Amino acid sequence: MSTTTLTHDEAHHHDAPHGWRRWLFSTNHKDIGTLYLIFALTMLFLGGASAMLIRLELFQPGIQLLEPDLYNNLVTNHALIMIFGAVMPAAAGLANWMIPMMIGAPDMALPRMNNLSFWILPAAATMLLLSFIVPFFPGGGTQINTGWTLYPPLSTQVGMSMDFLIFAIHLLGISSVLASINIIVTLLNMRAPGMTLMKMPIFCWSWLVTAFLLILVVPVLAGGVTMLLFDRHFGTSFFDAAGGGDPVLFQHLFWFFGHPEVYILLLPSIGVLSHVIPTFSRKPLFGYHSMVGAMLAVATIGMVVWAHHQYTIGMSLGAVTYFMIGTIIISIPVGLMIFNFIATMWRGSMTFETPMLFAVAIVLMFTFGGLSGVMLAVVPADMQYQDSMFVVAHFHYVLLPGAVFGLFAGVFYWLPKWTGHMYDERLGKLFFWINVIGFNITFFPQHFLGLAGMPRRIVDYNVMFTEFNVVSSIGAMIFGLSHLLLLYIIIKTIRGGKKAGARSWEGAKGLEWELDSPPAFHTWTVAPQIK
Amino acid sequence: MTRMTNHRITRNHQPYTSPADRSQEPPPVRLRRLSRYLLAGLAMAAVSSLAQAELGINFPEPAAGVAQEIYDIHMLTMQITTVLLVIVFAFVFYSLYFHRKSRGYVADQNFHKSWFGQWSWVIVPIMVLGVDLTIAGKADAVLKKVWEVPQDKDIMDIKVTGHQWWWEFDYLDSGIKVESRYVPKDEAGDLYLREVDHRLVLPTHTKIRFLHTSADVLHAFWVPELAVKKDAIPGYVTETWVDLDREGVFRGQCAELCGTWHSRMPIVVEAVSPQRFAMWTEEQQAMKLAAAAEASADKEWSLDELFHKGKELYESKCAACHQVTGMGLPPAFPALNGSKIATGPLADHLHIVLNGKQGTAMQAWNSLNDLEIAAIVTYERNAWDNKTGDVVQPADVKQAR
Repeated sequence: MSTTTLTHDEAHHHDAPHGWRRWLFSTNHKDIGTLYLIFALTMLFLGGASAMLIRLELFQPGIQLLEPDLYNNLVTNHALIMIFGAVMPAAAGLANWMIPMMIGAPDMALPRMNNLSFWILPAAATMLLLSFIVPFFPGGGTQINTGWTLYPPLSTQVGMSMDFLIFAIHLLGISSVLASINIIVTLLNMRAPGMTLMKMPIFCWSWLVTAFLLILVVPVLAGGVTMLLFDRHFGTSFFDAAGGGDPVLFQHLFWFFGHPEVYILLLPSIGVLSHVIPTFSRKPLFGYHSMVGAMLAVATIGMVVWAHHQYTIGMSLGAVTYFMIGTIIISIPVGLMIFNFIATMWRGSMTFETPMLFAVAIVLMFTFGGLSGVMLAVVPADMQYQDSMFVVAHFHYVLLPGAVFGLFAGVFYWLPKWTGHMYDERLGKLFFWINVIGFNITFFPQHFLGLAGMPRRIVDYNVMFTEFNVVSSIGAMIFGLSHLLLLYIIIKTIRGGKKAGARSWEGAKGLEWELDSPPAFHTWTVAPQIK
Repeated sequence: MTRMTNHRITRNHQPYTSPADRSQEPPPVRLRRLSRYLLAGLAMAAVSSLAQAELGINFPEPAAGVAQEIYDIHMLTMQITTVLLVIVFAFVFYSLYFHRKSRGYVADQNFHKSWFGQWSWVIVPIMVLGVDLTIAGKADAVLKKVWEVPQDKDIMDIKVTGHQWWWEFDYLDSGIKVESRYVPKDEAGDLYLREVDHRLVLPTHTKIRFLHTSADVLHAFWVPELAVKKDAIPGYVTETWVDLDREGVFRGQCAELCGTWHSRMPIVVEAVSPQRFAMWTEEQQAMKLAAAAEASADKEWSLDELFHKGKELYESKCAACHQVTGMGLPPAFPALNGSKIATGPLADHLHIVLNGKQGTAMQAWNSLNDLEIAAIVTYERNAWDNKTGDVVQPADVKQAR
């Protein structure tokens, strides 16, 4: 911590307030970034616990642990908590911490709105958790057994917990849109003199693209669930065929949001990797311009291929052909990103600290997940894959390496900057290996289950699927519990450790590494000059 | 007389293969092929018995022409993507091994400025596009074959209706209806969740069109050997088609989350020769006539007769939600034991059974005949602690419709 003035004069209100006021009334991008990250870590454990319960239930055929509706409720909550509670806030936390420091700005452009967009989250999370808990109380209605996709007509049958969930989604959406506006305004207006858009660090670019995506698609989801709310309570029939409505319309609205959402989760991590890989390869990022172009292309094409999540709804031949080709085409920009990462490593001088280990694992496993995505894009084959465990395996191979491991890499990479202490490298590497091996044991066998005919979201299965489910569940326990080690490493680093220098990593480049570790409460009060 | 008819109806709803046929039912292909290997030597026995444990890691062997097409395109894309994966892994591992600081490798700071660095943003997309077009081109050809149903006059139509949580199959050409429900664990054994009470019997070497729809929420008809999957959506009719090319029993289940008992919606397709299928059709029609005659007979039914008939129907059609004990699973599925509906005015009870209840999983059961409804309602009003003594005659149901 930098020295803090001890005067409590009103005129010095921009000095750090102490105690709970510091956090509740915070307008400081670093403190808000910390809040986001702590919130995300909490949610990671909640979402992880529900995932472990799911895998415990699936450890053996038969219904051992969870009633079917409770199981489906956990499936729903696992997805929503992980996406809206863990990954998006963690990425927003990184953005809050790093963007002003990377572009030489004193803070975010709209600090009070920054405070609001964070503090909506705990309220939204409470609503989300209530939607899970309410059915356990008398008169609480039925559990949410629809999965996170909330497809009607099933979702119109659910009790009042669905209304809690709809309001939770509204709040989460408001929070995301506010945060996105803030990030866009900051990036467009607050860059240090001389930093043109094409000199902006890639992490900032990735968030610029992500923020635009969020603003474009989150309102569509909010509209969709509002229509659902009206169908449930106000006698409309947007999605009720009996009243002239259309159940498939909801799926289109949902996936118009849902598919770009995948890139919203993914791009910030791609941004992180674009810093981690050059640092530990000790050479500049290969293809800065094509990286920016690829991110813009992914976002643009990603907006118009949503219906590949619903190939089985009975679209016309022309429509599915269009969505198939569009989806396969996404492999071009994504392939270019992967290529750029490999070319950055190529002929570099690599060392393998924890962030780099995660980066390498991401390049390998995300490629794997991307390629099974190409298989899924092929409509005739997808008639077989759709809604099977193959899909579950695919999107976990995309989202865990692509999003979550990228965030882990970012946390390990910037933890010395934030805390001023180096984390314990030995423990970091141990965490990496347990985590990645556990992940692969969990999800690799699910490909086989899906191909052999096991549907997703079933609480009980035929004995023919036992073997791989046993393996997958054992992997899930290893994978899940490994995160306790992450928590320990983070706490240990915050409390102490080897002092980190301003440039914590030998190969690190960028404005954030010119600041002290940890940086002063207010940084870049005088903007640096970029040549 | 009544008892006998009753018995016959039950038996005739059984899967088509008679017990004698069953013993001759060809073993699954996997086994047949394995038995050939078995002859090769005893040493192979251990291996094949392991394989018999059905450790499926890929699609099962296709049973239809369209399924074969889908299988082939799946294998092709999997091979292409595997090759790409190997290439990526090879480059990464080469780099990880050679380009590391611990080997004293000095970073090439100008690599991105070489001609390759300058033009890779063009070269790489063109190469990826080449792969994409290969996949898309092959996929497009397959898609045209499997997606649109052939416009043949003699195509056989089967309407597949998803219900919470059972399947209804209507043979539109012959007017036969098959209701297919899961079989409890103690009866199904190792086939639990992949076994049904009444199979979907289909002829081989015939083009069959499935018309998918739903009576309540979304479902999806999925039998891996047939490969074609479509959602059942209320208010929509979607279609798929197959041309079965081998006989056998193929098992699948509902693939779209449809609520509490989503896992309990198996589908069993029994593919038989066209001759056998014709015989089966005749039997089913005779049975249907007999049931209709019984239901419309102007007969006063006794409480005992209706109660026993009703118990059987209740346990197959109603007990999934309201439970055999009548206690339901509140709050989603209310108890019938002591409920206001099942012990209150008869008219309300008939109304809810015939018309269902909006916004809940309770569907309209008006497709059952008068006798069946009368039996179920009589049972519900007299079973457990509901000793109302009410006897509901088919004529009462007719009036209530």
